[in-house]
Amino acid sequence: MSEALNHDNVLEEAARWQAEGRKVALATVIETWGSAPRPVGSQLAIRDDATFIGSVSGGCIEGDVVTRALETLESGKPEILEYGVSDAMAWEVGLACGGRIRVMVEPVKA
Amino acid sequence: MDAHILQQLVRDRAEKRATVLATRLTDGMQKLVYPTDKQEEKWLIEAVSQVLASDRGRIVEGPDGEWFLNPFNPPLRLILVGAVHIAQPLARIASLAGYDVTVVDPRTSFASEERFPDTHLVTGWPDEAMAALAPDARTAIVTLTHDPKLDDPALHAALRSPAFYVGALGSKKTHAARIARLAQAGFGEDEIARINGPVGLSIGAKSPAEIAISIMAQITETLRK
Repeated sequence: MSEALNHDNVLEEAARWQAEGRKVALATVIETWGSAPRPVGSQLAIRDDATFIGSVSGGCIEGDVVTRALETLESGKPEILEYGVSDAMAWEVGLACGGRIRVMVEPVKA
Repeated sequence: MDAHILQQLVRDRAEKRATVLATRLTDGMQKLVYPTDKQEEKWLIEAVSQVLASDRGRIVEGPDGEWFLNPFNPPLRLILVGAVHIAQPLARIASLAGYDVTVVDPRTSFASEERFPDTHLVTGWPDEAMAALAPDARTAIVTLTHDPKLDDPALHAALRSPAFYVGALGSKKTHAARIARLAQAGFGEDEIARINGPVGLSIGAKSPAEIAISIMAQITETLRK
């Protein structure tokens, strides 16, 4: 089966990007409550141009996670983010499914 | 994460070594912990063994604060006995679901590269093949040949192993005859009851691909429920 069809190669992709000289950050779901879309341990690798692979939700919070992960490339420090239920009428970032999750974002240090 | 930890983790995954990425949440300190590491602290080894066994990451309370433990197990394995038509879509679907698939069939006209591209093929007899493959608790086994000469030795090995799923293709009638043979071979009722037969969830599957979906669905149900 070709690598392109294997969706579980987030870390391999992160290592490859870094070997190419790109800056890379990682996001990992570390805790969930209620009906969270992706289980604990789910990961996202983010390249310095905001290209990303993997998932930490069903697509609800990836946009914000990518932004916050890119910020850790500047600060050099990991952060823990928390996302809860979103109000669909407001344009805030959150989970429509009613779950709550904590996500760790961190830079990969060369 | 330090680049050398990322590189080691990628190496561990390529070499199919179980490991846990441990992160101390108070300061972000990270290390890879292996369940067999004799140098590591006892509480951490116990927690690491637990998250690997459950295959679920979690936060644990250590003596120096909270740690997040993320397990990286080697892939689940699927052993298919019988390189028959159903094995072709099943090998592909299981591979998509993240399984390392091995197809066992001594009939080389069935177990050919052309029929199973990119699949690990073993053309020995099922008893020898199963001994070499040594199924563990992260292995599923499905027999597909309909031929007792090939299926039965594989089922004997499967029932003596801790495999999390054992399935056998065949009608109710075929399965009843199979149960009788296994009982005669000395297997108890509880052991024989581990076999999912007729194999797969009852979704009215007709084509080989549909039957493969029903089998993969049942393996997933057994794993996750």
